[in-house]
Order: sequence, then C-alpha cells, then structure tokens
Amino acid sequence: MSEALLLSAHAREEIDGWVARYPKEQKRSALLSALQIVQHENQGYLTTELMDAVALYLEQDKIAVYEVASFYSMYELEPVARNSVSICDNISCMLMGSETIINHVERKLGIKIGESTEDGRIFLKKEEECLAACSGGPMMQVNHVYYTELTTDKVDEILDNLE
Amino acid sequence: MSEDLVEIQVDGQALKAPRGALLIDITDANGIDIPRFCYHKKLSVAANCRMCLVEVEKAPKPLPACATQVMEGMVVHTRSAKAIAAQKGTMEFLLINHPLDCPICDQGGECELQDVAIGYGSDVSQFSEEKRVVVDEDIGSLIATEMTRCIHCTRCVRFGEEIAGMREMGATGRSEHVRIGTFIEKSISSEMSGNIIDLCPVGALTAKPSRYSARAWELMQHASVAPHDSVGSNLFLHTWQGGVTRVVPRDNESINEVWISDRDRFSYQALQADDRLSTPMIKQNGQWQEASWEAALAVASDLLKTPSADQIGALLSPNASLEELYLGQKLMRGLGSNHIDHRLRQLDFSDQEQAPVMPWLGQSIEALESLQAALLIGSNVRKEQPLIAHRLRKASLNGAQISFVNPKVYEFHFELAENIGVDPFEMVSELAAIAAAAGVQSGASDLGGWIAAAKPTDAHQAIANSLKADNSCVMLGNLAVLNPHYAALRALSSAIAVATDSLFSYLPEAANSAGAWLAGVLPHRGPAGMSKEHGLNAQQMLQEPRQAYLLLGVEAERDCADPALATAALQNAKVVAMTSFASESMKALADVLLPAATFAETSGTYVNATGLWQSCKGASKAVGEARPAWKVLRVLGNLLDLDGFEFISSEEVRDELKVACRDLNLDNALSVSACLNLAERPAGLLRSGDVPIYHGDALVRRATALQATVDADVEAVVINTAEAKRLALDSAETVKVTQVTGSVELPLRLDDSIPIGSAWLPTGIVAAESLGSLYATVELEKV
Ligand code: SF4
Ligand code: FES
Ligand code: FES
Repeated sequence: MSEALLLSAHAREEIDGWVARYPKEQKRSALLSALQIVQHENQGYLTTELMDAVALYLEQDKIAVYEVASFYSMYELEPVARNSVSICDNISCMLMGSETIINHVERKLGIKIGESTEDGRIFLKKEEECLAACSGGPMMQVNHVYYTELTTDKVDEILDNLE
Repeated sequence: MSEDLVEIQVDGQALKAPRGALLIDITDANGIDIPRFCYHKKLSVAANCRMCLVEVEKAPKPLPACATQVMEGMVVHTRSAKAIAAQKGTMEFLLINHPLDCPICDQGGECELQDVAIGYGSDVSQFSEEKRVVVDEDIGSLIATEMTRCIHCTRCVRFGEEIAGMREMGATGRSEHVRIGTFIEKSISSEMSGNIIDLCPVGALTAKPSRYSARAWELMQHASVAPHDSVGSNLFLHTWQGGVTRVVPRDNESINEVWISDRDRFSYQALQADDRLSTPMIKQNGQWQEASWEAALAVASDLLKTPSADQIGALLSPNASLEELYLGQKLMRGLGSNHIDHRLRQLDFSDQEQAPVMPWLGQSIEALESLQAALLIGSNVRKEQPLIAHRLRKASLNGAQISFVNPKVYEFHFELAENIGVDPFEMVSELAAIAAAAGVQSGASDLGGWIAAAKPTDAHQAIANSLKADNSCVMLGNLAVLNPHYAALRALSSAIAVATDSLFSYLPEAANSAGAWLAGVLPHRGPAGMSKEHGLNAQQMLQEPRQAYLLLGVEAERDCADPALATAALQNAKVVAMTSFASESMKALADVLLPAATFAETSGTYVNATGLWQSCKGASKAVGEARPAWKVLRVLGNLLDLDGFEFISSEEVRDELKVACRDLNLDNALSVSACLNLAERPAGLLRSGDVPIYHGDALVRRATALQATVDADVEAVVINTAEAKRLALDSAETVKVTQVTGSVELPLRLDDSIPIGSAWLPTGIVAAESLGSLYATVELEKV
C-alpha cells in the first residue's frame, strides 16, 4: 500500500538488515532501529504518517509503534532544529557543574531545554539522562559526537561551529 | 482424568487447588475477597496495579495474588498486617493522581476504585502536590472518555489485543506522562468495543449514549435476550423510571461469555426514536387519523377478511418474538392462506422442500472454539454474528484453518487459511472446485456437471485438505441465503461436508430466524415442520401482488430483497402493519398502523443458532398505547372468529408450539438435492452487497450512536480500482447508480476487496430503498 512508500528505498534496505537479525516471527524486534533510521532521514523527528508506515512495514499495530516512539526520549514527535544537542544533567555531570552549562546555553541561544532555535540550527534535547561518560563530566552529545569536560568557552566554540 | 491437586492454606482455611492455578482464581472460587484492578478472568495477567498483594509465608515480600501460582503447602494471609499495609500502600499511590470527582462521575456507585478505596484507602492523602491532568481524546460515539481518571490497569488495552483482535488503545508516553488512549484522534471501530466500558474499573471509559442519565443505584435490572443476531446474547436491561437507559451483558459462558456486541448494547436507543408509533392509526382518504384500539382492530380485521384467503399475504420479521411469529402464521392459516414468509431477503427458494426443519449451527457455540478447520460460505461473520466470530477467532488462535468463500474479500480479526472473494455468481464454481478437490464424485448427483468442469487450484485443494481434520465444519452464512444460487451453494456445501466428514452447519441470519422455521412462518411448512399446501414465498407474494398484506415488524423498503418491488406491491394493496415505528415510507404503504411493543417491552422467546429457546420478560412499559404484538394478534384472531386464540399469557403461546416441537430432531443433513437450475448472471456490471451491521433491522437503524460509527458509513457505491479505470470513473467522486427500477446519486469509493465486475451497494440502507434487489445489473455514471 502507498503508506509504506513513505519509507525511502534506503531506509527499507537498512530496516531489512535489522529484521534479518531476529527470528522471522519477531519483526517487532527491529522497531527501535527502524524508527531511528526513519527519524534520521526526516530531519530528526517522526510524524504519525512515518510511524504508520513503519507499522505497516513491520506488520505491527500502529498503536504499538506509537507506544514505543512516545516512550523513548530518543525519538522526537515534533519538528526540531537540525543539530541535536543533549546536555547531560544526571548525577555525575550535575556534581561537575552541568547546571552552569545548561544555564549558559539557554541564555546564549535564547531557548529553553526542549526547544529549538528559530533559525532551525540548534535543538536542545529535553532532560538528557546519563550518557555513560561520567568520568568526563560535565558532558554533552552533539548529534552523534560526545564532548567532555565542558566549560562555557568550550561550549561556545562547539555551538558556534555548528552549521 | 485425575487432577493434580495441591493443598494450600488461606487465612487459616485449608483449600485444595489444581497445581499451577492462580492464587486469585482459587480465593475467588472460595469466596475469599482480594481487591484487584488489572486482573480480569478473560484477559491475560498484567499484574501491574499491585492491588492484589497478599502475604505469602516464606516469601520475602508481599506477592500479587493474580500472578502467583499456588504451590503445595503455600500459606497465604490476605488480611495480615503485612498484607493490609501493602494493600493500603498501593491504594494510596493509586489515589495520588485520581481526581476526587466522584459526584460528577458516571461510574459513581459502581466504581471498583470507589469500592476498594472505601475498604483500603485512608481519609487523607499525604500527597499535596498537583495532580496529573490528561486531555481527553474523542474515541467515537459509543464511549465517553475521562482519562484523568484512568489508573492504567490496561484492561482496555489487553481487550483490544486479546479479544477484539485489533489493538486500538495503547499506553503511550513514559512514567508520569503515560496515558491510555488511541494516541491519534480516532474512533474505536471494533464491533465489540463497548465491552471496555464494563472492563474499565473506574470512570475513565463510560457509555456515551447513557452518560449522565441515571445513577447506578437508581436503576432496575431486568434479564433479557438480544434481538438482533442468532447468537441470542444474554443481556441485562437497566431501566430508570420505567424506560431503558442502558444495556449490559449478562454472563453466560455457553453463549456470550461476559461480552456483547455494540449492536446489542446500544440498539435500545431506538426505543425513544422520533418515529416511534405510540397510538393506533387508520388511514382515511389518504389522511392518517389516530384511533382507538377498538376502531383500528376493527378496520384491520375487515381488511384481512374482505379479500379471499388466496389474496392475503403475510411478511413477518425474523427479529420478532417466537410467540408473535407463531400467532402470525396461525392467524393467516386460520384465514386459509399459506402465503406466509419470514425469508424476506432470500431470492432462491428452489430447494425449500429439502431445507431442514430448522437450519441451525449443528453444535454448541462453545464447540466452535475447538474446531480445527472451517469453511464459511457467504459470511461476514465478524459483523453478522460478532460473538460467533469471537469463538472462531479463538479456534484460529489455537491453530484452526478457517477459510471463506464470499462475494468480496472481507477483513477478519483473525488469521485465515484462505479468503476467497469472487463475483456472487461465481461462488458456485468456487465451491464446485473445492468439492472436486475434496473428491466429491461428479456422477453422484446433479451437481455433476459443475464438479466435472471445475479446475481446482492450490487454494481449493488447501481448503479441501484442511476440512479433512477430525473436527471440521462447513457453514452457510447470511450471504449464502441472499445469493441467487442459494440452492446450489447448499447442495455443494453439503457435498463437501459429506466428502470431508465435516459438520454441515448454518449461521441463522437473525435473532429468530431459527424460531421462524420452527413456528412455521413459511409458505410450505407449518409449525414444527409440518408439510402444508404450498403458499407463495416472500418474493412470489410481491411478484404476484395480493390484495391485502399483514406486516409484522417489517419495513418493506429496507427489509425486503427487492425494495422497489415490495413498495409497488404494498402500495396497491391494503396493508395492516404491526410495527413499533412509523417511518414516512411505512405511512405511505400502510392502511392501518398497530403500535407494537419492542423486545424490551414485552415477554417473548428467541430461538438462537443452537436451537436454544430463551424467554424473557418485558423490562419497561411500552410507549403510549403500544401493546405486545402477540396480544394484538390474539385479539385479531378473536375478532376474525378463528379457533385457538384463547391465550392468557405469552407462555401459553410458546408452550403450544413447544409441544408441537417436542419430537423434533434437529438435523441439517440434505437428503436429495432439488433440481438445480442456475439462475444466469445478468450481463454487465453487477450490483453486489450485503446487509451492513447497523442496517439490518428496524431497531439498529434508529440507534443514533451506532449510526455515527464507521461501520454505519455505508451509503456509497464501492468498486475495484481496476474497474474504476475501465469505466473511466477513477476521478469520479459521485456517481449516478441506475438499476432498472430507479437511480440514486452516491459517493464512489474504490476498494480492491470488491471483485472486478461488481459494484458494491448494500441492501437495507437508505440509498437502496428505491432500487431493486441485489445481484442485478447496474450502471454507473459520473456526475
Ligand atoms: S481506561 Fe480504564 S480500563 Fe483502560 S487502562 Fe485506564 S482504568 Fe484501565
Ligand atoms: S552523569 Fe552525565 S554522563 Fe553519566
Ligand atoms: S490485580 Fe493483581 S496486580 Fe493488579
């Protein structure tokens, strides 16, 4: 049906790769990866249509896909800016001063955690939990890259260099 | 079989229980009360509410009784300090986010949370922070939501997945933000959706049509039986100040378990319909006048006795009670006419002589669950008999191979082995191919020619093979009865059943189809199958119009196979109509209107698909002057000076028939087949269709909430995409549909479940009122 056509050939190929790793009758095991692939191809967020397409492709109930997508914070269900910035505010980072970093970034960009800048450049991911880089706290993840031992200067440099 | 029993002790009481049973089932069976929210005996165990915590000796922590299996020597305390502390703790957490809005909540007074809170809750909450608020979704016309009240027991979610066979509700979000709902704005579309109203332990999901109409403790409860399909689901009608305010299931494991279909739950709305007939009426010089019962009955008896007996015909609804059906035919036969029928939508009567005395399921409803294979011919069982479909679904989940041969590819909520959808005139050749694959000898009968000509495909072979299983069944459904080749379908189905050693079974169409066969509402048979000199069948008595007709619960323009023919015949005749409703069409056709009580307002009996006679009492008072139709028929019988109309109660009527049926042996076996002449397929585009779930009888058509559901959205003509291309209609939104007798403009929809060559336009719907019967040529024209 036409809904599945919303998924690009490339996305389908990648999803197939994940499906192949699990027993045949457990297509839903590929759901997390499928959503990530599709989100990546759609400027970092999922739409209902895309979730429906994934449901159809993996032969799942639509609601089952909504449940997963709304459960994990790594999926965005609203449009977001193109660079995703997650500043860890879990315990170790907090002890190392993540709060200062967050305040600084919020002031610098004029947005709150969970919001995107108007120019569509930076999205501050909501309440990021421990990213398993505690020894380098405070830390943040920008798109897929980790930056550790942050200072306000370092953060400025990283953010200013984002396209 | 000896059971493996273990001994356990609960609150000092020694109990025996099957090894591995759930503790909560054992305590329930022994009258020991354990509070619970998420547990439900018909659903899987979720163990997420923790309300059922009990102390089990040697276990370090309290255990949930709903997820704990009993073991030898287990010692359980349900009321110990430890158990009570755990239960109270759970209760406090559950109430943290629950609003204190019981005074304006429809569930108040029958709320499980309220009840348990009284037993286990504290007066004061330690929680002084802000409570969670959840924005409601509109999930359709049947169920009202107040999701702030939801306690996340997930019963409604599990119901969708495990019982309705379609997951529509889910738990989205995480932790504090979890909410139960459809996530996107969407109407729940299952034909059994209303059951989540009963399942929901709190007031999150309540019945929309009856919302705010009465308090649970003000309602009177009356046992009843559903008057729509042949399941005969057991109901409770709840009345307030004499009127029915809602309907809920009455548990009966052997029939409807704890469920009912939405049709059975919400059709009561019709009792208050705008066109409800509340006084007798007489047409004088084309003008309707209200009349006294005496005057109206006098006119009615005059109209029926003026013509010669051969000039009167009777059409009785298969949704009427057994007593009404029996008296209706008795009256006609008393007058000397055998022109009596309830098979209003049937087209092919050629083998009626071979039909069983009562076509029936041939097995119990429960037995359907253990089928290993089934072939259903002409059946959209999911919408026609939803609770039979529920049993078949269970069989399918257990691995049964279930296949269909239908005039379109219907969607089902369980896995099918084969799902064949063909032109209605090709169903015979499909069956012939299955018969050939099953090894039916072509020489054996006059089916020979077709079987010899058949070219079975893999699908046919697969169906035939599946039916060789020990426990299999071949079933004729509602659409087989409607089919112009019904006799041939019957003969072939029977042959397939014999060849594969399968049970030959029928799904009776309406609540009292089976009863009407027993009561003798047939032109060729009297009560209990007694042979009669042949009268005219439902089609013939309209094709060869009579001078007068008796109608009981029949809306000719929607209930008859050929509405155009029926309307024409009735318009030119004198018509005595016993009816609960007086639609405009009814007023145009009838000459006397006798207001009849509905199923909820009179005592009566319904014979279900298994041949079970279920009698119930009236629950509410009929509106205005309306009277039970059986009483009206009795009085008419007296006025017409007929013998045997001295009944005092409906029970007496029923018992008279019961005595006649005493020695009946129900048997679907087909002895010899009639001479089978196949009606030829009309050329060109063929009108095909079914009777949609919410259009089948006078009650459901008037149930406004049901009319607002997706399933009621059928006023359209549907064709295959390829057909649309061929007819150059792919861009058309509206088309003019012309059938010899009339034409209508309708939206055009494209759907590849419709076979090429068919234009799907159901019968029983408003759009089809002016048209002829199904299975005739139609033309579509872009407008
Ligand atoms: S809506 Fe009712 S049945 Fe569904 S999860 Fe909430 S409380 Fe349970
Ligand atoms: S707490 Fe920040 S990475 Fe672990
Ligand atoms: S009833 Fe046992 S955990 Fe809910």
